[in-house]
Parts: sequence; C-alpha cells; structure tokens
Amino acid sequence: MSELLITGAHILGDQSADVLVRDGVIAEIGSLAGDSGGRDTGERVVVDGDGLILLPGFVDLHTHLREPGREDAETIATGSAAAAVGGFTAVLAMANTDPVCDTAEVAERVLDLGRAAGLVDVHPVGAVSKGLEGAELAELGLMARSRARVRVFSDDGRCVHDARLMRRALDYVKAFDGVISQHSQDPRLADGNACCHEGEISGRLGLPAWPAVAEEAIVARDVQLARHTGSRVHVAHVSTAESVEVIRWAKAKGIAVTAEVTPHHLALGTELLVGYDPVYKVNPPLRPTEDQLALRAALADGTIDAVATDHAPHARHDKEHAFPTAAFGMLGLETALAVVADTLVHGDRALGWGDVARAMCSAPAGIARLTDQGRPIAVGEPANLVLVDPDASWTVDRDASRSRSRNNPWHGRSLRGQVVATIRRGEPTAFRGRVRGQFGLEELS
Amino acid sequence: MSRKHLLSSADLDRAEIEAILDTATSMHDVQRRSVKKLPTLRGRTVINLFFEDSTRTRSSFELAGKWMSADTINITGKGSSTSKGESLRDTVKTICAMAVDCLVIRHSASGSCHQVAQWVDASIVNAGDGTHEHPSQALLDAYTLRHRLGGSLDGRHVVIVGDLAHSRVFRSNVITLSRLGARVTVVAPPTLMPSGIGAWSAADGFATSWDLDETLLSDSSPHGAPDAVMMLRVQRERMTGGFFPTEREYSDGYGLTAQRLESLYAARGADIPILHPGPMNRGLEISAEAADATSSVILDQVSAGVAVRMAILYHLLASGEEVAA
Repeated sequence: MSELLITGAHILGDQSADVLVRDGVIAEIGSLAGDSGGRDTGERVVVDGDGLILLPGFVDLHTHLREPGREDAETIATGSAAAAVGGFTAVLAMANTDPVCDTAEVAERVLDLGRAAGLVDVHPVGAVSKGLEGAELAELGLMARSRARVRVFSDDGRCVHDARLMRRALDYVKAFDGVISQHSQDPRLADGNACCHEGEISGRLGLPAWPAVAEEAIVARDVQLARHTGSRVHVAHVSTAESVEVIRWAKAKGIAVTAEVTPHHLALGTELLVGYDPVYKVNPPLRPTEDQLALRAALADGTIDAVATDHAPHARHDKEHAFPTAAFGMLGLETALAVVADTLVHGDRALGWGDVARAMCSAPAGIARLTDQGRPIAVGEPANLVLVDPDASWTVDRDASRSRSRNNPWHGRSLRGQVVATIRRGEPTAFRGRVRGQFGLEELS
Repeated sequence: MSRKHLLSSADLDRAEIEAILDTATSMHDVQRRSVKKLPTLRGRTVINLFFEDSTRTRSSFELAGKWMSADTINITGKGSSTSKGESLRDTVKTICAMAVDCLVIRHSASGSCHQVAQWVDASIVNAGDGTHEHPSQALLDAYTLRHRLGGSLDGRHVVIVGDLAHSRVFRSNVITLSRLGARVTVVAPPTLMPSGIGAWSAADGFATSWDLDETLLSDSSPHGAPDAVMMLRVQRERMTGGFFPTEREYSDGYGLTAQRLESLYAARGADIPILHPGPMNRGLEISAEAADATSSVILDQVSAGVAVRMAILYHLLASGEEVAA
C-alpha cells in the first residue's frame, strides 16, 4: 500500500478536508476525493471520514504492559492491540516489570517486542533506581544511549522518596534531556496499604487512608528540586486540587514541571469504593468531586499538560481478593478518548478537539521527546492519525477488550465519543475495536 | 423481617433492631433453663469462619448455633486454606459448595463480608471485618444498655472512648445506638479519631470530643450528662505506630482510671453502666477498679452476646418460624 486517502474528516474538529497519505507521510490536504487514482485500486486505500474528527495519533505517557514478567495479565502484543483500538500510535511502557526495566538490555527487549507487535510505537520507560529500590541510580545513561533511546525515567508504582536520590536523578538526566516522571507518594504518609482517599469515606469504610498531602508534599518538594537542578520533572497521575495549585505556582515561576492526569481521576470519585469492589482500587486512589473538578479545570487551562492512562492490567486472581489486599490499578487504553470526550468535551464543554489533541498528542509527545508523534496535521508530517466519532454513544463491555485483563471500571457505562480508526505511519492499525488483520481495508471506505 | 445478610449495622432499621433485641430477650430466658437447646435451626448448617483470633465472638456464635440445634462448624484462620495461599473467594466458594446455610465471618479486611456476600448464596453474618464494623457487638451492647437503662435508649447519652480510628465496635455502635434514639459522644485523642470524623459526625448526628473529663464530668458537653460509658480496647501496637506517646499518657488522658471512676461516680452516681467489648487491657484503657466496679456490665455483655446472636441467626435463617417448641 502506498497511498491512503481520508475523505471529509474535520481536522482537529474544524474544517473538513481530504488528507492524502503517501509512504507514511501526509502528502496533500485539500479537496482531493475526485482527483486521482480512483477508489481502492489496490494502490490507494480510502477511509471515509465523513462526520468524523481527525486528530494526531494519541501518545500515552503512562502504560503498564506487564511484559516481561506478568504475561498472564498483559503482553506487549495485547497491550499494543488495546492501545491501537484506543487510538494510540505511541505508548510509554512503565519500568515496573520483572525484571525491572533498569538496563539497556531490558529496554531494548521491550522496544523490540513492541516493533514485533507492530501496532503502536512502544517506548520503554527506564527505572530511576536499580530494581525500583529507591537506593541507587539505575543505568540511566546506558538506557538513554541504547537503541531504545530512553528519555523518560520513572520508578512508578513507587515514589523516589529519598530527596538526595531524586536530586541526583534530576541532575543526571540533564545530559541527555531526560525527564523524571514521579509517582508522588510519601511512603511515610501513605504506605503500601493505603488504598482509600483519606476522608469521611475512608473513615466510615475502615479502609487504610491515603491522604492527599502524601502526594502534595512530594510534588512541592520535587518542583523545588527541579528549580534547584534546572532539570525536568513530570508529575505522574496528579490527583489532588492542591497538587494542581503547586504545579500552577511552579509553572508561573518558570520551573520545568509537567503533569499528567488519568481519565479515571477526571471522572470517577471516592464514593465508588462504598461497595468495596476492587475494580475501583487504584493508586493514587479515586478522589472526591472537588479534586475531580480541579483536575478538569487544570487540564483545560493547561496547568496539567497531558492525559495519560496509567493502564494497569491485572490477572483476575490478583483482583479477586479482599479490597485491602487486591492489586492496585485499572484498564484505560481503550476508553481514554471516550472518557475525555464524554467528560470534558461534551460534559463540561471545557475542551475543544484542539485541546484534546494537545493533551493526548502533542504535549505527551513533547514531554517524552518523541519527534515523530503528536505532530500537527500538515503536509510533510508523519501520518500518525486517529479518526474519532464525536457523537457515537457506546456501552463499554470489558469482554470486548483487546487487553488480556478485565479490570475495567468503565464496564457497563455509556460513553459519548468513540475511536473509529487508528493510522500509524500511514497504515491502518485498528478499526472499530479490531486490529490490523481482523478487518479488511475495504471496510474503511 | 426478611433479611438475608447482616453485613453492616446500617442494614437494620429501628424496627428490625428492636425485633432482634426482643427475640434476644426470649432467647436469654432459654439460656437460664437447665436444658438450653431449641430445635429452631435443626437441619441448618452454620459455619463460623474466623480468619482472625477471637475467643468470645467465635464461642458466642458457636453456642448460639448449637443451642438452636444448627450444625455448627468452626474454621479458624490457621487451619483454613487461606494460610496456604488460597484466596478468600476460593475459600468461601469451596465451603459454600458443601450446602452451607450461613457463614459467620471474621476477617482482617474491611469490606470482606460485603464481598463474600456477592460471591456465594449463603447468608453472611459479619462478625467483625477489619476496622469497618461489628454489627452483632453493637446489638449486644444495645441489648445490655436497654436492659440496664430501663428498657429504652431514647434520649440516653452514651459516651464511647478509645481507639476510634481502628475500632469496628465504635463504627457499628454509633449507628445502632443512634437508631435506637440514643445520643452518642465519641472521645479520643485527635490521632485516634477516624478520617473525616467532622463531616461524618455532623451528618449522622453524634458528638466528638478530645477531652474525656469534660465529656464525663462537665455539664456543658453537647449531649449533657452521660448515661453510660463504653471503653474501647487500645492495642499496644498503636503506641509504636506513634498514635500516642506512652501508655501512661494515654491512660492519664483517656483511660477509665480509678480516680476518674471516682469522679464519675461522684458526679453521675455509682450506677452508671460501664461497658467494654473486650479483651481488656487493664491498666491502659480501663483500670481494674473500673472493670470490676459494681456498675460494670462487661460480663453482662458477654452473656447477652449468646442470646443476641441466637436472635440474629433466627431472624436471618428462620424468620417467621416458631422460636421455641
């Protein structure tokens, strides 16, 4: 296939135009449908974009693909499929695998498995500390200089809580323009048992409390360390209103801080824990409505740069436990766009489609220093694209997921906004819930 | 009353609580007979599934089942499959595959009984889930208080003192006692107050205090003079967790010491009931003088426990049938 023509889609939700892709690059934009080649000659695939929104392919700064180590929960192949179905053309795979991604060898292995799966660009995140132990720096430089070209480093799942280690990491990654993505959780204020936002609900339910200040104290410390070192810090899954205030203040000071928010922290609240269903157990925990509203406002005004899924698949047997002992995390790749559209585009009317493109494409690509993702839809740019039906309402079915896991908090919920097709470097990778090989190219027109 | 489970004290409205307490009264009469056995639950199987150590609650439920002729089996944490790595879900599903009518469960995880109720068909009785609730304890406390305070708790003022943050007894009692018309004041140092207690107490209409002496002795406390005092166990581990500096300091501020008992008796009369769900840490939250005082009802609570648990099993498993042959 050398050419792909997307007809009549609204680019970033604005004017409709035809977009011609040749050899993975956007070749022409305009009124092109009738002009050459004819329909579907085998030379040219035509994708009907009528009534749809065309956005750059999504970039997820925060995905757990579980491979190597927990292939019963997810593999790079199944996670890539879920990502493609969700409109993603690139994902950053977190380092808390087994073995931990703390060497160039593991990073290159993840990169290669991603290439073999061939549905999204899989970029490994490197661990900050060896074995995620929080004691000594991992081989950050070797990972950065490896074929995987690692730029994002994180001990996610754990906080780099030692201030000296965090300071060293921030200093060190300046040499290769890296960024430290911090899981902000002071382990003395919220230990590993903490699983419910500290407040009236945790008090009533008798669940170990996870106070907001355990996040805010680390965010406040880290922005000062970023200022002091002149380095880049990224706040992973920011979840509280006061964290947002700290980030807003730091940005106003010119500190190089960026932040991401998950779809679930934008739309799901602490009250869901009342039934003790472990599907709602996530770290950081679901927060009260006031925090959700502050996070939405901060995403709209740019204080929060990006939406990231924190897609965290778990085998059934790791979730089917008493709430306090069940695993943390929930799926997110396939529902991210729909949640953002339903909550913020349609619901709050706080985001336009251009804002969605910023939060899900250009900002995360910029933070991760991906040069060929999150680019504008313009002639000469790589054709990483997604077509979205802005008004389609659909009911999430966890059993329809391409993920290997089923810990889906959105199951049974109706959402407005749906990914129709995903195109990576000119090649359709997903169409209406199916991945390449499961649909015929003629279906796209 | 047709109710399948007793998971939370909030499950029961006032009429249901009173029905259980009234049944318990007749069960209590049976206990005083030389032949205690009733045929009510003949042919029913009740499993006491205790994943946490317990002496009084487990033996109390066991006697309750036996005196009502249920087939009763105890499974305790150490002997259960869970200690071999089996999940709670597999353990309860395995047990319930043996045609069990009722599971009485104690587990260290808050909410575990709610979860089990969704996994199996048997009736579930929460015998203490983590730091969440202990509904049968609240019912037996209410039973004891009702008996001691002249048959009704309406307008009565009950003071609950101790490690509220980690107490399932407090969480159930504040619900049950309030539904019976009692006013409740809970007392603890700020570090042992549960999260969000301010909003919670405002919503549910109970009072909170950091000052035990003021609550017990002052006439200006929100609910006025106390009619009963319930001391809660303070686990010694809490001290190493940094919740309070020393046992001496805790006892001085929040224990029912001999001196404080004297002041209480002087101010409120020597018949004010003193409760404790046990097991007691004598010398920490309660002095020997208070535990063994004439107005202590701690052993009455234990005695009531069997009758109240008989009543719970009756209402869940045999409601509508004759209580006694």
